[in-house]
Amino acid sequence: MDKKFDYFLEGKTGKWEVVIGLEVHAQITSNAKLFSSSSTKFGSNPNSQVSFVDAAMPGMLPVINKYCVEQAVKTGLGLKATINNFSKFDRKNYFYADLPQGYQISQFKFPIVGEGQIILDMPYGTKIAGIERLHLEQDAGKSLHDQDPSNSFVDLNRSGIALMEIVGKPDLRSPDEVAQYVKKLRSIMRYLNTCDGNMDEGSLRADVNVSVRKVGSSDLGTRCEIKNVNSIKFMQQAIEYEAKRQIEIIEEGGTIDQQTRLFDTKKIETRSMRSKEDAHDYRYFPDPDLLPLVLEQSFVDKIKNSLPEMPDEKKIRLMNDFDLSSYDASIVVSDRDISEYYEEVAKDSDYKLAANWMIVELFGVLNKEGKEIKDSPVSAKNLSKLINLIKNNTISGKIAKIVFEEMVKNNEDPEKIVNEKGMKQQSDPEELKKIIDTILKNNEDKVEQYKAGKDKLFGFFVGEVMKNTQGKGNPKLINDILKQQLK
Amino acid sequence: MTINKEAVKKISKLSRIASNDEFETSMIKDLNTILKFVDQLNEVDTKDIEPLSSVVEQKLFQREDVVKKMNEKEEILKNSPNKNENYFVVPKVIE
Repeated sequence: MDKKFDYFLEGKTGKWEVVIGLEVHAQITSNAKLFSSSSTKFGSNPNSQVSFVDAAMPGMLPVINKYCVEQAVKTGLGLKATINNFSKFDRKNYFYADLPQGYQISQFKFPIVGEGQIILDMPYGTKIAGIERLHLEQDAGKSLHDQDPSNSFVDLNRSGIALMEIVGKPDLRSPDEVAQYVKKLRSIMRYLNTCDGNMDEGSLRADVNVSVRKVGSSDLGTRCEIKNVNSIKFMQQAIEYEAKRQIEIIEEGGTIDQQTRLFDTKKIETRSMRSKEDAHDYRYFPDPDLLPLVLEQSFVDKIKNSLPEMPDEKKIRLMNDFDLSSYDASIVVSDRDISEYYEEVAKDSDYKLAANWMIVELFGVLNKEGKEIKDSPVSAKNLSKLINLIKNNTISGKIAKIVFEEMVKNNEDPEKIVNEKGMKQQSDPEELKKIIDTILKNNEDKVEQYKAGKDKLFGFFVGEVMKNTQGKGNPKLINDILKQQLK
Repeated sequence: MTINKEAVKKISKLSRIASNDEFETSMIKDLNTILKFVDQLNEVDTKDIEPLSSVVEQKLFQREDVVKKMNEKEEILKNSPNKNENYFVVPKVIE
């Protein structure tokens, strides 16, 4: 590896290392909520998807959604984690207006999924980040604080939606590793269709645990937890700020209080949320309304056998079978939509060229226009056709770029563009030889110089031929013929 | 385990139940009576016995992932002491 890990913070007393662990809350993709039959649809009218169970009316009982259990197991398997065939639900008690039960049903002592891992591709090599556990729990409702000067408004549509809390080990050491971790986790869940990973809609959010220690030390420092951060950029900013804050305190001779902090996205700083005497005491205890969740091994095996090809495996296949570079392969597998588009382009054309064209040309356009792959102005089918035109020498790579620009405008069929604009490559050796001979004749002085050792002039001749053929001459043929004629 | 005034105060606060001296004194008495009663269970030797998760020989019933619209917004909001057209309205809570 040419690069080395280098995220250390310089303090007055030396170099510091940052230790980070994430607790990611991922909303499960399902039709109905975890313990009720209300819809989970995002963006509906307030309080329109609330049953008496979600509003915690007296006497209501939770009944678990089988599909949500399946989704959690699937995610666990995608994280190469242990599936616990016996798990239990506990009540996590706290008082808040958008939690009508007064407790959240969660899994404390016996989570459904145990230890697993996520593989991160960093510029300095592969890193394995550990997963501590994954458990099922209910989401809370939403409070709006800015609608009225003296009141808060509560919408319970989100109340009771199934969440997976994915607790990572404190294995991350830099904001970049955190970004990779979240992206990879999101990608895994999107491959599995267990969470849409939409951070704007709050389907994926994280509590970030940060502590610092002197480089070389193996003890963990006291950590602070930054609650509910909902974008990768904010996570990175929060970590940088928080790490520096902690280093300053320790270097001034102080100690870090273990506390919960919030990230102010406008001021780019973290602030303490709760004073010590208010520290939460969740008083966990087994939920008497729910029996233990026992999974038959056959149920787990059935899910295991139905898993799609995951990004890590797909990457290895593309590298081994189609000779893609590790970098190209990791980009085309990085997201489910991207990989589906890629497979569609590549299956009828060429895996290597397809990767090149997507990463360089298509992503260039998408970045410029701020679009996602699913809104790509060029369809996979047309890109595939374009690559075939290059492959069978109908057009040169250079002309292909011009065709591509046309395609971006209105997703036109590249074959049609090439025919209509007469862009076919000139690949007739006899024709090319004629043109070349004329050019050499008209530039006898340069031919002399070239033969006398001025090799650089070769480019000049190529340029002249290209000019003469309006850029349509087959570059390889031109090279070959020129070399021969200049001997 | 015994309940003292501090414990009652803490529980009241966590449950958002208003308390005063008189309430606390009576709670200390009540809760300690209950605890003492339950403490009798400690007389049983439970060494090497796995905790029992349920007394019923039954599996957790699981429901299919099907949406059923059971309650209308009006029915849900009807139970709130304070509401507007769309929302439950509560005293301003900001952490």
